[in-house]
Amino acid sequence: MSAEPITAAPLAVPPVPPAAPTARSGHRLRDVLVATAFLLPNLALLAVFTYRPLLDNIRLSFHSWNIASPTATFIGWENYVEWFTSSDSRTVLWNTVVFTGVAVIGSMALGLALALLLDQKLFGRNAVRSMVFAPFVLAGAAVGVAFQFVFDPTFGLVQDLLGRVGVESPAFYQDRGWALFMVTVTYIWKNLGYTFVIYLAALQARRAELDEAAEMDGASAWTRFRMVTWPQLRPATFFLLITVLLNSFQVFDVIHTMTRGGPLGNGTTTMVYQIYEETFVNQRAGYGATVATIMFLVLLVVTLAQVFVMERGRKQ
Amino acid sequence: MTTTAARPAVAPRQTPGDAAAPHQSSRPRVRISGYLALLLVVLLVALPMYWIVLSSLKERPDIYTVPVGWIPDPLTFDNYTSVGGGVAFTDYLRNSVIITTALTLIQVTLGVLSAFALAFLRFPGRTVVLLVILAALMVPNQITVISNYALVAQLGWRNSFAGLIIPLAGVAFGTFLMRNHFLSLPTEIIEAAEMDGAGPLKMLWKVVLPMSWPALIAFTLITIVNEWNQYLWPLLMADDASVAPLPVGLTQLQNNEGLTNWGPVMAGTVVTMLPILVIFLLLQRHMIKGLTAGAIKG
Repeated sequence: MSAEPITAAPLAVPPVPPAAPTARSGHRLRDVLVATAFLLPNLALLAVFTYRPLLDNIRLSFHSWNIASPTATFIGWENYVEWFTSSDSRTVLWNTVVFTGVAVIGSMALGLALALLLDQKLFGRNAVRSMVFAPFVLAGAAVGVAFQFVFDPTFGLVQDLLGRVGVESPAFYQDRGWALFMVTVTYIWKNLGYTFVIYLAALQARRAELDEAAEMDGASAWTRFRMVTWPQLRPATFFLLITVLLNSFQVFDVIHTMTRGGPLGNGTTTMVYQIYEETFVNQRAGYGATVATIMFLVLLVVTLAQVFVMERGRKQ
Repeated sequence: MTTTAARPAVAPRQTPGDAAAPHQSSRPRVRISGYLALLLVVLLVALPMYWIVLSSLKERPDIYTVPVGWIPDPLTFDNYTSVGGGVAFTDYLRNSVIITTALTLIQVTLGVLSAFALAFLRFPGRTVVLLVILAALMVPNQITVISNYALVAQLGWRNSFAGLIIPLAGVAFGTFLMRNHFLSLPTEIIEAAEMDGAGPLKMLWKVVLPMSWPALIAFTLITIVNEWNQYLWPLLMADDASVAPLPVGLTQLQNNEGLTNWGPVMAGTVVTMLPILVIFLLLQRHMIKGLTAGAIKG
């Protein structure tokens, strides 16, 4: 929900007005004092609890450190070498890419399909719109706990539905692939409402008369969508691509409550989960900080790419 | 001069009436498939929800039957009265209310003040300050927890409300949302108020805020939802029911009961989800305005 703001705003920063004439310099001093008072608490909190730990991560990533211990040992690049060479991180990276990729594509495609459906004049569509959006406001931890039972292979909802068509429930909690599938589906179920709402707003803001004109010209529904509607949805698509990418890259609650990163040790461990597990379960906070630093670099690259693309789009 | 000329602040076109919707398809086959798709959607979203509530209303042996019974028979609220089974669920509820209220008050206040300064006050380094606040959006607390945990533990703030609240109190998203709204206000009114010699506080309180209710409500709602659902940081900060909020309590309940006794666990998830769901159903339009602001234009 916050990725677009990151970039739109800097671009929209109005130039600071030139200094007021001397007659109004009193105003200006007052402005400076009031602005300081208004901004200082927020800036102090962000400095201490956002920027300080970000820099501290870099320092810690060169240390071997048990988070409960007062002393950390400097070990140079060892943590980085370990992360980039261990087979465990290849699994973690793979899990992260699969989870993020499927979550992005799945929730965007389904969200668009739902938005197109519920943009139609159908009886009861307002109620269904609310229903589709509702899971998005629920706590990921609560959804995770509840869906652990929904996917229970013996008594759960999914096994019951599968049983009706004569299919046996997969071993969601023993098989790596199925476990990853399960947490990804659960996350998509919870976040579908977001992509849906953004696409619906974009559809409602589009120029419907273009669509009607195309229909008059005898264009098929698919052609109308591809040539008329889809191009108008491009800003929303780009916004969602970045936002959902960044959000699903950071998922912790669903994974922690459903699988604790398992089965078989790292079956559903993503980078965020690895930070938690190495730091607070395995007591290797230095290594956790290394993963956190690498993750931040990925976030930075994605965000800068977004700024670049938007800047280019603005100039055109 | 009237200062209450409130105008819709963010994303004006939210729910256009049915008249604005695309024309109705006249072909019956298309309409029928539309309703079939609608039914499928309802099942996909509502069935798991129904299942969760259903399980929370069943007696213990009925939860573990194959095939599943679709109506709780007999219907029981025992899972709610015993929710926790030794885990103090009302305490978690109280903690959630305290933490969410405090964080919402602090964040909305700080966000409005920051946004006001950035939108209306002239001071050196304004652009830099704006960039510093915006860039914080890029830093999720999942990657700041290590150092913050060490700091808070050192301060002796673990298992205290201070430790749960203060590290999360800085506000970037809301600052951005409110600043954009403030800049969209009609400049004539702002300038007129300045001419009248209104000081910053008076201007904020008497001129700017009365024109900002929709944006303010959206900001407040999004904050409530985010803070109520907060998980990782409280999980690290709180070891027991003295300060832990509902989502963390749910995990503790799951550890104690899960696999063997799903009834109270499902009741716990319902208790966790219900308050936010009620707020959402009452005020969803305002919340959606905040979420879609700026998303659909290029």
